Amino acid sequence: MRDLFRGELVRLTSEEPDARARIEVRWPLDTEFHRLADGDPAELTSQKKLKEEFEKRAEGGFTPERYFFCVRTLDDDKHIGFLSLWLDLIHGDVMVGVGIGERDYWGKGYGTDLMKLCLQYAFMELNAHRVSLGVLEYNPRAMRAYERAGFRLEGCTRKDLLREGKRFDSLWMGILREEWLQQQNGVKP
Amino acid sequence: MFDIATQLFEGQDIRFGPIDYEKDPEVESRWTHNAGFMRLYEFEPARPMSAAIVKKQYEKLEKKIDEDKNLYHFMIRAKADDRLIGKAVIQRIEWANGNCSVRVGIGSTADQRKGYGTQALKMLLRFAFAELNLFRVSANVAEYNKGAFALMRKFGFVEEVRRRQALEREGRRWDLFVFGLLKDEWVNQVSA
Repeated sequence: MRDLFRGELVRLTSEEPDARARIEVRWPLDTEFHRLADGDPAELTSQKKLKEEFEKRAEGGFTPERYFFCVRTLDDDKHIGFLSLWLDLIHGDVMVGVGIGERDYWGKGYGTDLMKLCLQYAFMELNAHRVSLGVLEYNPRAMRAYERAGFRLEGCTRKDLLREGKRFDSLWMGILREEWLQQQNGVKP
Repeated sequence: MFDIATQLFEGQDIRFGPIDYEKDPEVESRWTHNAGFMRLYEFEPARPMSAAIVKKQYEKLEKKIDEDKNLYHFMIRAKADDRLIGKAVIQRIEWANGNCSVRVGIGSTADQRKGYGTQALKMLLRFAFAELNLFRVSANVAEYNKGAFALMRKFGFVEEVRRRQALEREGRRWDLFVFGLLKDEWVNQVSA
């Protein structure tokens, strides 16, 4: 059996609410990170509130439709990002939320490795039929990571982002279970 | 077309109104017993709902509208006899980007194919673009919902995203489409 939680550069973890809040409270201060990750306006949350949210999640126990992970590097064991999966139980569609909050780790292959773990978990553990995500037009680096992991472009919602007075598109990507399985067996898409 | 005195909630044969907690739950409960309607209106599993459940949902909905401030919900009524014929919703409003998503449902089979859905969407688009001043309107449409496709074309929506096999119904997979209409496209249409 493969290791579901360990890639070549990163691993999936669950961090203590306190430790997680201490690190993640810094990430939105980097508004470029926020704007690359999300189309909503930037906002700041206190460490206390973050910690309470993570505690609430922990107390909530198992829910079959939500899966939250933290991401650590293998080489220096640093907590650099998060991965959240929402499974539509009825239609077998997984929606992905993902981010690397530590900018020193951008553009070095961590994201691609993380997306491979994400797909392995969605298809081999959640038994999803497909995996979906959205990416912003002005974030080509993320789009390349998703493409390398096997996602295909399924369309774009025109001009649905307004940033710095300019309109941008959101791009929507997806990968089907059969496509991922073929890719695992060495068939080129 | 652009006149401050225009009645936003009055159409040709229909009008928009608020929820009537006395009469509406029973009517909507009847709709939910029609699986065909439910499957076109929701991606969740169809299930019959009693008037008591529907009433609870109205309360939850109005609380959500109050708290989240990103949703407008209208009951569609026939002007002739004031009966409830459907629902028209603007949801998932993103104020900073000027986006929203719309949904129209005509509840009973007898009221379908009478042009009420077209009138409701026309009013909804005017409300979204000329009252809320939004920049774009989206709609999610399942591959099997032919009526919705016709409605999208009628209003010039552009097919923007095709989420392959995103739905499963009747033992097979179906694509889920996202349609979009921009404000200037709508303005050109209504001024023409």
